[in-house]
Amino acid sequence: MSDDHVYMSLAEGHEDNARWAYGTGFEDPLHGVSTAVPDGVDRAELAELCLALADDALVSAQRLGEWTTRAPELEEEVALANIGLDLLGQARLLYARCGQVDGTGRGEDAYAYFRDADDFRNVTLAELPNGDFAFSMARLLVLASWRLAHFELLAGSADPVLAAIAAKGVKELTYHRQYAAEWVVRLGDGTEESHRRMQAGLDQVVPCLAELSAAHDAGEAVLAVLAQVTEAAGLSLADVPAAAAGAGRRGEHTEHLAPLLAELQSVARAHPEATW
Amino acid sequence: MTSDKHGWPLYEVFVRGKRGLNHVHVGSLHAADDTMALTHARDLYTRRNEGVSIWVVRSEHIAASTRDEKDPFFAPSADKVYRHPTFYDIPDDVPHI
Amino acid sequence: MTQAGPPSADDAPPELQKHFDDTIARDQRIEPRDWMPDGYRRTLIRQVAQHAHSEIIGMQPEGEWITRAPSLRRKAILFAKVQDEAGHGLYLYSAAETLGAERADLTERLIEGRQKYSSIFNYPTLSFADVGVIGWFVDGAAICNQVPLCRSSYGPYARAMVRICKEESFHQRQGYELLMTMMRGTDAQREMVQDAVNRWWWPSLMMFGPPDDSSPNSARSMAWKIKRHSNDELRQRFVDMTVPQAEKLGVTLPDPELRWNEERGRHDFGTPDWDELMRVIKGDGPCNTERIERRRAAHEEGAWVREAATAHAAKQAARAKKGAAA
Repeated sequence: MSDDHVYMSLAEGHEDNARWAYGTGFEDPLHGVSTAVPDGVDRAELAELCLALADDALVSAQRLGEWTTRAPELEEEVALANIGLDLLGQARLLYARCGQVDGTGRGEDAYAYFRDADDFRNVTLAELPNGDFAFSMARLLVLASWRLAHFELLAGSADPVLAAIAAKGVKELTYHRQYAAEWVVRLGDGTEESHRRMQAGLDQVVPCLAELSAAHDAGEAVLAVLAQVTEAAGLSLADVPAAAAGAGRRGEHTEHLAPLLAELQSVARAHPEATW
Repeated sequence: MTSDKHGWPLYEVFVRGKRGLNHVHVGSLHAADDTMALTHARDLYTRRNEGVSIWVVRSEHIAASTRDEKDPFFAPSADKVYRHPTFYDIPDDVPHI
Repeated sequence: MTQAGPPSADDAPPELQKHFDDTIARDQRIEPRDWMPDGYRRTLIRQVAQHAHSEIIGMQPEGEWITRAPSLRRKAILFAKVQDEAGHGLYLYSAAETLGAERADLTERLIEGRQKYSSIFNYPTLSFADVGVIGWFVDGAAICNQVPLCRSSYGPYARAMVRICKEESFHQRQGYELLMTMMRGTDAQREMVQDAVNRWWWPSLMMFGPPDDSSPNSARSMAWKIKRHSNDELRQRFVDMTVPQAEKLGVTLPDPELRWNEERGRHDFGTPDWDELMRVIKGDGPCNTERIERRRAAHEEGAWVREAATAHAAKQAARAKKGAAA
């Protein structure tokens, strides 16, 4: 039938299934990339970096997962899940790389499910509870901008695997940053209530830049984004603190990480011998 | 339309799945403005497939022909994509699912 | 099917009614701007809205396990699956809107309890095996229900179903694959699977609705080709499809009357507890209140966000106008 035909021709345009969130036909970002660690790369340093970046992504994805069925509109359900899935994907690739280079040969689940809070190296901003949508968007804007700046550098890493992971991540993070920036502007400019909430969310996030800058100095990149977005949103930007040695990267966390992990790890730890 | 009561306005979404094809209507969504409509369309209808081209347009801005121009019933609504009745009272009785 | 002839016209102009009836008879699609009887429109809005609500409420029982999924692979799959359900809900609300319904209004009806959703989502998910069994049974039942709807007489609904069915088949396969993996695991895992099968089997059979002889609207919906098969026929198909899958998996379906009937060439099976179905539909299921409350809370707590976006759009438009005038 002709109406079906028009419709199906669209579907056929996507036969690779790339538009489905999962299924077959995933493009493997590491296809053809050698997993050998090049000479001159410090394995311990590389492992430490991969672990920290993976923990940031996993903890962020967990928080985004908590928005499921609670988002302010159905279209945002889809968007927040896309971002969560991107970060979960980054975490898995980074854990896998960590296991290849730290000498333990551990798989992704060993890192995610069988380490305690003080073994996690994520920045503490990622583990804070979701708060309202304004806080979540302020946090996403800062974390995405900061991670994007880092990934842009890492796309040129001497380690080909990390470089490939970062190159893929750059595209994803660019979108996350845009999504968050649009919402910060909307909420800042929208109504009195949204402006008040957005300002409060931003004020809560900005002090955390000290820890982020210590973990990775993104230079002016994050500040430039924040300045541009807050101006468009009619928000004021509090004084950005100087870099201060980050607690999260040393395994010192807020009281919020342990319960987050308890939930994340509950089933896996109840059945340590199980296969899923 | 007062958006507070009705939610965000309705947009129609057209997607070109790959080069060489026309944009095809794939459905609709709600968004507060064009920017958000494009973001939502990309998330919902293309799952962020790179290289896909998307058009969005406010449903109320589409003019549509009727399938039978002689039909007087359609004359008043010839400028709408859908014949949006102002309100359809849907019976709320328990259905079979 | 006992009903003869087309559905009765609602005082329609005869030539429009005839055009509509002929389109249905030729198995062609009715499209949004076509004239259609009010009863057809109302029935469709109700059916499509309920279907949309089911997708959205259906995110909850599984969504609760996203944060607890026991491996990162399962976490990603489940996250994506629940996201698909949000997408399906949106496709379906979109189809309902072509009939003149408004999503905001349909959402109100849902959270006020005036429109229903599939009774299956009022059951709790007690272990991670439930995620697999929902994929296998509930998505399997949904496929039985929905594949024929790809030929529904209403164009936008049929097209939404094409898209949805593609994704549902992934869902069913991932559910079954999770269960196969668990059955190869520990004794505790096998027990979890059997327990989940025991709890979800009968509610899944109820997903097809009451038996045909007490389903008053079915005949008319079938004449309109909004529905393509009767409840009992779809239920039978589901049982016939599922029995061999259960054998291969190594689980027992909790029905002592279940057996192959050589003469019919189909399976005989027991009668679901229709009183239970009626109770759940009327709001007395284990999780009805919880499901609606969650949806209501998200909608109400999100109001300030939606209003802010609307206000920003209005301000932007005003600024653009002012800028153009200056």
